[in-house]
Amino acid sequence: MFDPTEAPGPSFTDVLRRVGLDPFAPVQQAAGGAPFEIRHGTTIVALRYADGVVMAGDRRATAGSSIAHRAMDKVHPADRHSGVAIAGAAGPAMEMVKLFQLQLEHYEKVEGSALSLEGKANQLSQMVRSNLGMAMQGFVVVPLFAGFDLRRGVGRIYSYDPTGGRYEETDFHADGSGGRDARTTIKLGWRPDLERHEAVELAVRALWNAADEDSATGGPDTARGIYPTVATITDSGFEYLPRDEVADRFAAVLSTGEALQ
Amino acid sequence: MSMPFYVAPEQFMKDKADFARKNIARGRPLVAVVYADGILICAENQSKSLHKVSEIYDRIAFAGVGRYNEFDSLRRAGVQHADVKGYQFSREDVDARSLANLYAQYMGNVFTHDMKPLEVEILVAEVGADPGGDQLFHILYDGSVVDEDRYSVLGGEAEAISGRLEEGFESTWSLDVAIRRAAKALAGDRELVSSDLEVAVLLRSDGRRAFRRIDDAVVVGALGVTAS
Repeated sequence: MFDPTEAPGPSFTDVLRRVGLDPFAPVQQAAGGAPFEIRHGTTIVALRYADGVVMAGDRRATAGSSIAHRAMDKVHPADRHSGVAIAGAAGPAMEMVKLFQLQLEHYEKVEGSALSLEGKANQLSQMVRSNLGMAMQGFVVVPLFAGFDLRRGVGRIYSYDPTGGRYEETDFHADGSGGRDARTTIKLGWRPDLERHEAVELAVRALWNAADEDSATGGPDTARGIYPTVATITDSGFEYLPRDEVADRFAAVLSTGEALQ
Repeated sequence: MSMPFYVAPEQFMKDKADFARKNIARGRPLVAVVYADGILICAENQSKSLHKVSEIYDRIAFAGVGRYNEFDSLRRAGVQHADVKGYQFSREDVDARSLANLYAQYMGNVFTHDMKPLEVEILVAEVGADPGGDQLFHILYDGSVVDEDRYSVLGGEAEAISGRLEEGFESTWSLDVAIRRAAKALAGDRELVSSDLEVAVLLRSDGRRAFRRIDDAVVVGALGVTAS
């Protein structure tokens, strides 16, 4: 139990530091990159639509040129009204998501009210910056943060760079190795106030094009029934789409034939 | 050199216990009851922002009576302990029993070694996956723990309130009945309205986080039934 004059306040990472579990403690390692292949997560997208934000990510993790995992989830709820998607070194990225979720929940419980969306985005920025040492050694984590701003009644999207730079995007963003292809697809198809099914279809189309051009991005795996993760964030909260609905959207996108050109 | 007066240890402890009891009894009490869908905690509290009942972890709630600053720092410590434990091990490994033990150790320690004991009584409640698996740990100012599985009363007049609650008690009450009976037990001869009460529940099956505050409208509805 902390002395009231020295209590760490509502920050969970501060609590961890105080009990000797600093999640961002520097790793002792000789200079240079890792002497082994690390797992990487690849393409993630987020776009605004009429009711909020759609987030999606492919499921593939790669280690060098081999596929390390076929069913990795890169889109996660950060709390009730926001979500975080991750691209980059899988290990540190998953740890960052876990810590971020705990940070938001811890703040909410200790203070009795949730952080503002801006506050959450800034928290994530600090975590990415804390990881800079690891990033310099090749373990880069690039998250994408989106949420429904209850105070303003709109969906908002934030992108990051490896130094913790935080940029609010106006309408959409995509990151990871296939991010460029995904972004181009969304740029061509996006317009204000898309319906939910249109927004989901656009996100799915963007992931299809990313997988089509980028070997590290996984496409829909019909044989195993593995489809990209898609979630919506609205005023009623973060919600994953059922797998069948994602499968139907992919079928719809592919049925036009346009996707194969 | 002056020598302090000798005070027998029995007397010293008794004085401290009397002090704590007297000041706790001065505050307003609260009750926790097991009902059909989980655990209901109902506190007499006129403040809408300074809570007596709050969330600690997925299935664990905290409630305190007595001195606000003291039980609030215990609450924060509980959240910190639970979150660190869940981070270090797994969310499943966080339980009310170990938290209650931690509180008991700390409060017992303060009672024995410090000049002033804590002027609080606290409750650590955990809702089980099935009815019958609910746990209520009532921890007193001196660190003694009482483990209950039907209902628990904290604060002054605990015996009278328990008596009123025991009458016709069933752990299968609906939310409305539980609120009404809890309010009635707290009120005794007085009349309590919804703005005098802080009500929260731990729902047995409602996703990961079971803690919910109950809206004023629901409390008004539940209490309104009494009048008709």
